[in-house]
Amino acid sequence: MYGREEKVPILRLAVAQYVILAIFLLLVYGLWRLQVMQSERYTNMAEQNRIKEVPILAPRGRLLDREGRPIVDNYPSFSALLLRSQGKISEANLDAIAIGLHLDATELKNRVRRLSSMPGYQPIFLKFDITPDELAFIESHRNEYPELDTITVHRRLYPKNGFMAHLVGYVGEVSEEMLNQPRFELYNSGDVVGQSGIEAEYNDTLMGKNGSRRVMVNSKGKEVGELSDTPAVPGKALQLTIDLDLQIAAEEALGDRPGAIVAMDPRSGEILAMVSRPTFDPNSFAVHISNKEWTALLNDPGKPLLNKAIQAQLAPGSVFKVIMSVAGLQEKAITPEQKVVCNGGADFYGHFFKCDRHHGPVSMAQAISVSCDTYFYTLGARLGITRIAQWASAFGLGQKSGIDLPQEASGVMPSESWKIKTQKQKWYAGETISVSIGQGAVAVTPIQLARAIGAITSDGQLRTPHLVRPDSLPPQYTAAQHYNDVKTVPIDSDAWTLITDAMADVTTTGTASMAHLPGIDFAGKTGTAQTISLEARKRMGTSAGKAFEDNAWFVGVTPRRNPEIVVAVLSQGAGWGWRSGIVASKIVKVYVDKKAAHDAGRPYTLPKIEPVAPGADSGEAPSSQPSTPAATPPAANPPKTGNNQAALRMGGVWSDPTGHLHSGNFSLDNTSAANHAAPFHRATAAPGMEAFADAASNMRATNAPTHNNVPSDNKLPRSSPHWTPTLATLPAPGWRMRGEQ
Amino acid sequence: MSRYIRFRDFDWVLLGFVLLICALGVSEIYSATLHTKFEGMYLRQIYWIMAGVVLLFIVSLMNYHSLLEAVPWMYGFSLLSLISVLVFGKKYLGARRWIDFRVFHFQPSEWVKLILILTMAKYFADYRANELPFRELVKAGLVVLFPMLLVLKQPDLGTALTYVPIAIMALFLGGMKARHGIVLLLVAAVLMPAVWKWGLKPYQKERLMTFIAPEADARGAGYQVIQSQVAVGAGGVWGKGIAKGTQTQGQFLPVPHTDFIFAAWSEEHGFVGALLVLLLYFGVLMRLIHDAQTAPDRAGVFLIMGVVAVLAFHVLVNVGMVVGFMPVTGIPLPMMSYGGSSILFTFLALGIVMNVRMRRFVN
Repeated sequence: MYGREEKVPILRLAVAQYVILAIFLLLVYGLWRLQVMQSERYTNMAEQNRIKEVPILAPRGRLLDREGRPIVDNYPSFSALLLRSQGKISEANLDAIAIGLHLDATELKNRVRRLSSMPGYQPIFLKFDITPDELAFIESHRNEYPELDTITVHRRLYPKNGFMAHLVGYVGEVSEEMLNQPRFELYNSGDVVGQSGIEAEYNDTLMGKNGSRRVMVNSKGKEVGELSDTPAVPGKALQLTIDLDLQIAAEEALGDRPGAIVAMDPRSGEILAMVSRPTFDPNSFAVHISNKEWTALLNDPGKPLLNKAIQAQLAPGSVFKVIMSVAGLQEKAITPEQKVVCNGGADFYGHFFKCDRHHGPVSMAQAISVSCDTYFYTLGARLGITRIAQWASAFGLGQKSGIDLPQEASGVMPSESWKIKTQKQKWYAGETISVSIGQGAVAVTPIQLARAIGAITSDGQLRTPHLVRPDSLPPQYTAAQHYNDVKTVPIDSDAWTLITDAMADVTTTGTASMAHLPGIDFAGKTGTAQTISLEARKRMGTSAGKAFEDNAWFVGVTPRRNPEIVVAVLSQGAGWGWRSGIVASKIVKVYVDKKAAHDAGRPYTLPKIEPVAPGADSGEAPSSQPSTPAATPPAANPPKTGNNQAALRMGGVWSDPTGHLHSGNFSLDNTSAANHAAPFHRATAAPGMEAFADAASNMRATNAPTHNNVPSDNKLPRSSPHWTPTLATLPAPGWRMRGEQ
Repeated sequence: MSRYIRFRDFDWVLLGFVLLICALGVSEIYSATLHTKFEGMYLRQIYWIMAGVVLLFIVSLMNYHSLLEAVPWMYGFSLLSLISVLVFGKKYLGARRWIDFRVFHFQPSEWVKLILILTMAKYFADYRANELPFRELVKAGLVVLFPMLLVLKQPDLGTALTYVPIAIMALFLGGMKARHGIVLLLVAAVLMPAVWKWGLKPYQKERLMTFIAPEADARGAGYQVIQSQVAVGAGGVWGKGIAKGTQTQGQFLPVPHTDFIFAAWSEEHGFVGALLVLLLYFGVLMRLIHDAQTAPDRAGVFLIMGVVAVLAFHVLVNVGMVVGFMPVTGIPLPMMSYGGSSILFTFLALGIVMNVRMRRFVN
């Protein structure tokens, strides 16, 4: 019934054949295009697909004091992140996650949507430094939200309450701007680098080198093999020249008062303590500073981010008279015996320059001791500005000291050429008279003054101040190899003896007799520097003038000749210089007592240092009578440091000695009561860092009151590349478990 | 009649080609499922192939003329089964395509393909003219259109589209006039916007958009298209070797053992390997057309050419999708892709072809 004769035309079958041939040629072309012509491009794309670089973060080097006590360390911090290779996450899940992580749901959804165009293997960071209950939330919802994960990073933990904040500095993510600078060219976006202080200056050493693992991943982002492994090189620990006992004493003695302290060993240039007020909390930078906090810090009129020890450029006031004396005797502009009669001031170039009292006839020794302005006006007129500037510059005034901190200010030592250059004006002779007592255009930093006075009392030997012990630095820091270089400004021994003796009189019978330390050879020089002219202050009336109260300076040494320590104290708006003298005396006392204890082989116990009360009335003249060391007035208010309102909360997981894991929430204890209720027994670490003190060298008194329920033989988290954070033990004093308060 | 049937006339060459392709498919299924939850699936594929070969021999023994006689019953049964899928079907990934018979899942739309080939053969064998008037063209078209609409309703655009080449091949061989073809094309062009607006589901639109511009959504719908091309391209001339394709083994390539098996094959065996497979398919199709030319009657020609149309369409759409010429439709590559329905359909279809060939000297 189906006959051959009814077959379809052969032609149509042939057409079908050619159509199929055409289809196959098209497909072959498609394969040729991909596999032969563009093979390289697709090979690269396939490689990018499967090879992932996983960074191994190098822990930053620790900062230790000169005795190896910890100042800055790292702690494990967990961040919550959203993996997106698992596919899209539903809005409902995001709502639940927002609640669990205490985030704003709308903001979270917006962020996830905004970042959804990123490649799928890049996670979205949801929250940095999550608390233990947030961590627990993630752990207990692994099955419901497989895309929710955590990552552990090392974070910097700084001393609490802004202790040493300016000197240590802080770290932050490297900015785009920084990456464009040649010195940061080896850094990668996302690197955490030092942004100020020691952290910035020695960043290369502290940072170490991140390692990386090249791993093969599948489409889910899951590792299926490892290609290569470059281990991380942990950052090197730096040993500072700082003595924590002295640092604590300096921080406490200055209290809340705006100002700065520099304590230095003039024999070596080692900085023993450095304080600046007001301060800030670098811990808030270590996590993630909010824009609001940052703006508040920047706009604070007290400029808390400024390290006044090296950046405040102020008139030195009468401290400058020490330099004047050296210049006068060396230039033979005056003899030690020659007296100048002080009638409460004198006329120069048609103007009357005032002295604060009628000193009568004074020799140089007396003039230094009682700080007679008339004497130094006269000396200044004889020397002339050129020779004054020469000598002041020889001792490093108006120049950077070369300390190993970024952004040191140079200050100004005026001269005729300086004025022509900067102001296009001729030097007026009258200006020399002001400069003679450290006013006028002279502007110095506390470290310059400490260095200059240290040099003069050390027979003219000028050193480079520094904060890091050269032996803890790699060789590329060439500056550190020159710390033993001395620049000597020759001073006749008679002049040296006379001036240093007169400085010793300052603390016994002179302007700083309230700072007298019985049994201690303590010499120094006060300075009460006007911030504005007396006339201007009068015009503003008393209340407005308060804001421009005099800066109190004191630079002291012990012993008076070839001193072991020089302390420069600046108390802004504190009125008379002797108030700073008391601050300095407290630090010197700690230094001497500690040394005596050390020599006798006793452990040293740091006493509680009360801050020196701010001068209530600057009009009060210092007593010229020798007096017993001023009884320190009790602090009217418990002192508060810069911005300690926001207690830093952190989470962590640690094990107790029996191996049980705990997690908890800690907050840096910022209450002033906790700060000051208990005296420091023995400093084992910077405040807030006690948990990191080496267990082996743990000198903590057994009855230390704040160490509640933390076993003293804690194995503490150390910075090491193999550190397992979940097994880390944490905190002790200064930290409190939430719920224990 | 059966005494004329001889296995000397059985197309051993064709079966050789087919089994070679199946073997390559099995090896790639083995490679692509290593270390995944589908590991070992290649064994099941071998069982399916063996079942398919048995089926092929059984079908080749049945006279295709008696099959054609049963076409009205079979056609009616297909429509019924498609309707029952819509009513009782198991919903999976948003579509009703299977009927769950406990032991196995039955996907009627695959078998309907075969029945449509038989139906077309029967229709044009009965018509017996070399010129096809427009009225007959419409009638034949409607025969295909009904089941197609039912499959579209599931929705399964991919399978529904495989019915189109059956119709086109039959109409073309049945003597469709050139001007009628143009009219049909015009109608299709006019209907296109309407189909886009009302006929397609959002995901189908997305697939088409993705095909046009895959980079626009590289992590979403465009992912498959891009990853497939990366896999093929990364294979280069010689390929990366069995179980060494990073796109395949790293699971960047979606479903590398089913719809994207050709991409996996191309990555691991390169341009040379891909060319070999295409040549084998071309060989199979040419051999089928040769068998059609020597078929004993009109019905036999239509039967074989229907199979040719379906197979060629599958290869075009699947390989075209893999190399980026076609949108992602979910159409498997016959003989290579893992899947019982697809394998059994292919061997059944080839069984009918053998049936025709073995009767070429009848009469």
